[in-house]
Amino acid sequence: AGSARCCATSPHVPRIRPQEIRKVVQTLEQTAREILTLLQGVHQGAGFQDIPKKCQKAREHFGAVKTQLASLKTKFPADQYYRFHEHWRFVLQRLVFLAAFVIYLETETLVTREAVAEILGIEADREKGFHLDIEDYLSGILTFASELGRCYGSIAHFSCCRIIWSRLAVNSVTAGDYSRPLRISTFINELDSGFRLLNLKNDSLRKRYDGLKYDVKKIEEVVYDLSIRGLNKETSGAGGEK
Amino acid sequence: MSGKEGSGGFRKRKHDNFPHGQRREDKENVTSSSALMISFKSFQLELDTRHDKYERLVKLSRDITIESKRTIFLLHRITSSPNREEILNESEVKLDAVRQKIKQVAQELTGEDMYQFHRAISPGLQEYVEAVSFQYFIKTHSLISAEEINKQLVFTLEEKEETTNTPSSSSHNKQQHTWSLKVTPVDYLLGVADLTGELMRLCISSVGNGDIDTPFELSQFLRQIYDGFTYIGNTGPYEVSKKLYTLKQSLAKVENACYTLKVRGSEIPKHMLADVFSTKADMMDREEGLS
Repeated sequence: AGSARCCATSPHVPRIRPQEIRKVVQTLEQTAREILTLLQGVHQGAGFQDIPKKCQKAREHFGAVKTQLASLKTKFPADQYYRFHEHWRFVLQRLVFLAAFVIYLETETLVTREAVAEILGIEADREKGFHLDIEDYLSGILTFASELGRCYGSIAHFSCCRIIWSRLAVNSVTAGDYSRPLRISTFINELDSGFRLLNLKNDSLRKRYDGLKYDVKKIEEVVYDLSIRGLNKETSGAGGEK
Repeated sequence: MSGKEGSGGFRKRKHDNFPHGQRREDKENVTSSSALMISFKSFQLELDTRHDKYERLVKLSRDITIESKRTIFLLHRITSSPNREEILNESEVKLDAVRQKIKQVAQELTGEDMYQFHRAISPGLQEYVEAVSFQYFIKTHSLISAEEINKQLVFTLEEKEETTNTPSSSSHNKQQHTWSLKVTPVDYLLGVADLTGELMRLCISSVGNGDIDTPFELSQFLRQIYDGFTYIGNTGPYEVSKKLYTLKQSLAKVENACYTLKVRGSEIPKHMLADVFSTKADMMDREEGLS
């Protein structure tokens, strides 16, 4: 006679609770929002002057991120990272973006994958445990690039931009920081040619990368606007410190 | 015709040999030595390796799907006892071939996180579960367990062939004598859900062959599987609950078949059963189509 045996076997495997993973991810999202709010202050008013202070504060928040990620690690077996990947993928990309933002504000360089992993207290290599997937790193970098493009792009179009960004525009021009857009332009162009090296598949990373060209274009417009007015030469170098 | 195609292909290849735009090359030359470009070159390599592996796995998965489907069709040809053993043996040979493909999958996945490439191989594995559980049902009239399936997916090195064919990689092979692949619980469940569709077909065709015992046996078996799935309900993954609907339909068809047999079976001579049942099925189909 036909008999269907019960499929609920393998009793010695510890039970993984996706809801616990979700809970930790939620606290991570909260911390990420706090860091973002903090960094967005950079765009406002006198924000440019206390960039170091803001970065310092952000780094303190990343300490909380480290402990939260450490507790996430304990919620599932290390070799099943990709089984639950979708749960933290988004927040991890966001954290990469924030880390890249902080590092950029501090040093005006692109954060390396190893450095992000260190800031977040995770690994860069898959073999060593909870790691930063390369696609998530690149996605975070693209978010960061378009963020740069967005805030400085608004300098050119501040009349038609949303209020927050136009305020930034007014304030950064008032602060006499004309050299910054130029430096950003070089940086983002380099980033663009970096991404050009990749043979991207038709996936979400590719879609995001396709948006980068608009950011490159926006910044080039800013540089153009400044140079036809001779603003880039007048204050080059010393402008940023004022 | 063929000449035309040849020249077209040639032109295409020739085109590929040209550099991709002057502007791009200039840009790369300017910054190719910077730290950023160096790291992006390593990203290129890493992503390409990953995508290549993914594509290879997709190909293997498609082969596994096709061969498993053929095995299922073969098993449906079992109608009477004389050809039964023969077909079962043939299906075993086919499934062995499928397992060789799965071995290649397991080799590709050595040292990798299986879930990273799961989407590439999942369809193939489900089809394999379907085929292997169908064969198991025909043999033993019971449901194969996930452990049983996984047990067959442990591969040990077949020394002579591999070491002589690829002497360069033999040292690598010696380090890992076995490869194994575990079918995930979800793949198992989805495969079993597909199995019920095959069992429904088996039921209907066995009625056509004048076999009146198999349908009742099948309906009991299907009912048990259905109960199992309702026990999981919507706590399982989305795909599983989606299959539940089709499963319900299959079960209904089998139960209706049993009903017809029970009611009409005693009145109608055995050799006419097939006709009676097929007209009944036709009517049901038409009614469903209208409503």
